[in-house]
Amino acid sequence: MTRSQTAPDFALYRFPHRHLLGIDGLSISEINSLLDLADAYVAQNRQHDKKSDVLRGRTLINLFFENSTRTQASFELAGKRLGGDVMNMSVSSSSIKKGETMIDTAMTLNAMHPDVLVVRHPDAGAVKLLSEKVTGAVINAGDGRHEHPTQALLDALTIRRRRGRLDNMTVAICGDILHSRVARSNIYLLTTMGARVRVVAPRTLMPAGIERFGVDVFHDMRAGLTDCDIVMMLRLQTERMRGTFVPSTREYFHFFGLDREKLSYAKPDAFVMHPGPMNRGVEIDSDIADDINRSVIRDQVEMGVAVRMACLDLLTRGATVN
Amino acid sequence: MTKRTAFVNARLLDPASDLDMTGGLLAEDGKITDFGPDLFKDGVPDVDQLVQCDGLCLAPGLIDMRVQVREPGEEHKETIESASHAAAAGGVTAMVCLPNTEPVIDDISVVEFVARRAREIKMVKLYCYGALTRGMEGEQITEMGLLADSGALGFTDGIKALTDPLVMRRALSYARTFGLLVIQHPEDPDMVDDGVMNEGELASRLGLPGIPAVAEVMMVERDLRLLSLTGGRYHASHLSTAASINAVRRAKFDGLDVTCDTAPHYFALNENAVSDYRTFAKVSPPLRSEQDRNAVVEGLKDGTIDAIASDHAPHDQDSKRLPFVQAECGIIGLETLLPLTLELYHNGHLTLLEALGKVTAAPASILRLPSGRINRGAPADLLLFDPNRPWTIDEEKFRSKSNNSPFHDRPVQGMAVRTFVEGRTIYTAI
Repeated sequence: MTRSQTAPDFALYRFPHRHLLGIDGLSISEINSLLDLADAYVAQNRQHDKKSDVLRGRTLINLFFENSTRTQASFELAGKRLGGDVMNMSVSSSSIKKGETMIDTAMTLNAMHPDVLVVRHPDAGAVKLLSEKVTGAVINAGDGRHEHPTQALLDALTIRRRRGRLDNMTVAICGDILHSRVARSNIYLLTTMGARVRVVAPRTLMPAGIERFGVDVFHDMRAGLTDCDIVMMLRLQTERMRGTFVPSTREYFHFFGLDREKLSYAKPDAFVMHPGPMNRGVEIDSDIADDINRSVIRDQVEMGVAVRMACLDLLTRGATVN
Repeated sequence: MTKRTAFVNARLLDPASDLDMTGGLLAEDGKITDFGPDLFKDGVPDVDQLVQCDGLCLAPGLIDMRVQVREPGEEHKETIESASHAAAAGGVTAMVCLPNTEPVIDDISVVEFVARRAREIKMVKLYCYGALTRGMEGEQITEMGLLADSGALGFTDGIKALTDPLVMRRALSYARTFGLLVIQHPEDPDMVDDGVMNEGELASRLGLPGIPAVAEVMMVERDLRLLSLTGGRYHASHLSTAASINAVRRAKFDGLDVTCDTAPHYFALNENAVSDYRTFAKVSPPLRSEQDRNAVVEGLKDGTIDAIASDHAPHDQDSKRLPFVQAECGIIGLETLLPLTLELYHNGHLTLLEALGKVTAAPASILRLPSGRINRGAPADLLLFDPNRPWTIDEEKFRSKSNNSPFHDRPVQGMAVRTFVEGRTIYTAI
């Protein structure tokens, strides 16, 4: 179905946005467009010749104000596979504090005429603020605890390819919901697509008003996992924590870490996801993380590249069409 | 030579005496010497300044009891001069600035500096509060007696809460020795932690750390316990939650000498104003839920909330054009205090006199100022205004050096037409 060197037919996909700043507000058909196109790129990425020329002559800048290995690498590879020029810029928060503001940095880069800016920032809303000051398309690669849209899209693609659908799936998102942008983007995407979403966490790691997000709230892993189709584990984000939210990693693992016994409450064919990087023995037992029959963590990484190719493709071609 | 100003054909409004009548007013040498319906019945005498009021409202000038003028220290955001022009245009004839300047107003030399600058500019009356503790560090109480003698109207650590209960107890107790007012920014900083907006669904959706509403009432209730122990006069600034307003309501019922104010944004906006990460609506305490906003209106109606202060907090673009968590807190308010306060009248929550009283008689009484009322012998600090004139707030037209207002483009009613300090015209609307 997909031909190497030739891009998928753009007319099939609709994504009438200049930027991808979050999942909140996207429609079912827009999400499907991104996922359908990503599906095509999965096939392309599995071929011997993985390169196309969709982004030929286009410049992509990865602007990361917060450390990242996997997301940055995934965007870099996605850009290169589409034939674009990719530049990586890591701006540590300390050099920002030396004087130049985030807006100054963005304006400087904007003068170099990038077609796409992929931005990660430790503060919620920072990527949106930046998007208002630049001329190219902006993709949010994570802003504080707000959103991480490409992660939710790659998670959705992983589920859809395994189960053939998203609607009526029961997904349990477990762990540090409070500090997690992955959880928020996933909640928006999965509830929009008709999945049933549960959140499972100790009360100290649950955001205020979470019950109004259209999810079912659990504080017990076994109850939360009972009969679910997918278990999505989150990393305990100790670097975002000020003070104590859980007394110890030992106690956390005992009550909220995923092990075989707790997983046995889910459906027998339920699979396990994790956005990485994992804290083994804190939120997930190594035994499960490495079980290729239950864990799809490596699938998620593969889907990540395809989803990011789809986002880059739709946003840059959208800009041309407009 | 006596300097005389005659105001003719005015609708005289004085909240302190419940006065609302058509008549004239005579000011001599900066003081109100006479007023009444028949004052100029037999013609206007020979005066230096004749003000034809054309039936517009003549009321005491507004007293804004919570203003940051940024001078000394941050003159790029505001100066005493620019704030004075903003005040005059807003109908404010007296304002009281917080001690969080650089240097902090914790020494009589700084109180005298502020007074001297105000004398030089000769616009609105400028008063200041002294810091409650040295450097506003919350440890050692300041020379309150000396500071008060040199003009400080009350004592507060400005935008910081005084948290240590023992220091607060001694501050209240010592202030009582001289009958001085202690003013608190009531918010428990440990509960605020890294929060930047009201805790709840919206904060969770925006991914912003929240501040629970209880952070305010915890500090108010603690202070009220201390007040019942020490006696003295305590004022809670910019109340924003139903719970803390209830706490003050009970304390007043119990007979404690407590007063409080709120700022226009706490009854004119709710937390939805920060959707889309609008840093111009980032304030401390944060804008709250709609239920809390309604409770502020109720508190104003039943008198629990005595006064309205603008909480004028100028910030330049560089302090606001930042990711929400990094942006400074604050809204400029001198030029929007009158129309936003009048919204309470136009919306039917308060009578015109009640609404005006919150920004004239009430702050005057809390601060023991001779102005804020129309009576013989009071300073002729007056405001001529049209309570109904419609206009749209425009950030381009602010006289303040900063324009950080979430009220830009808001249609409002009520405008200052002419502002007088001691009978002298300091502002005339074009």
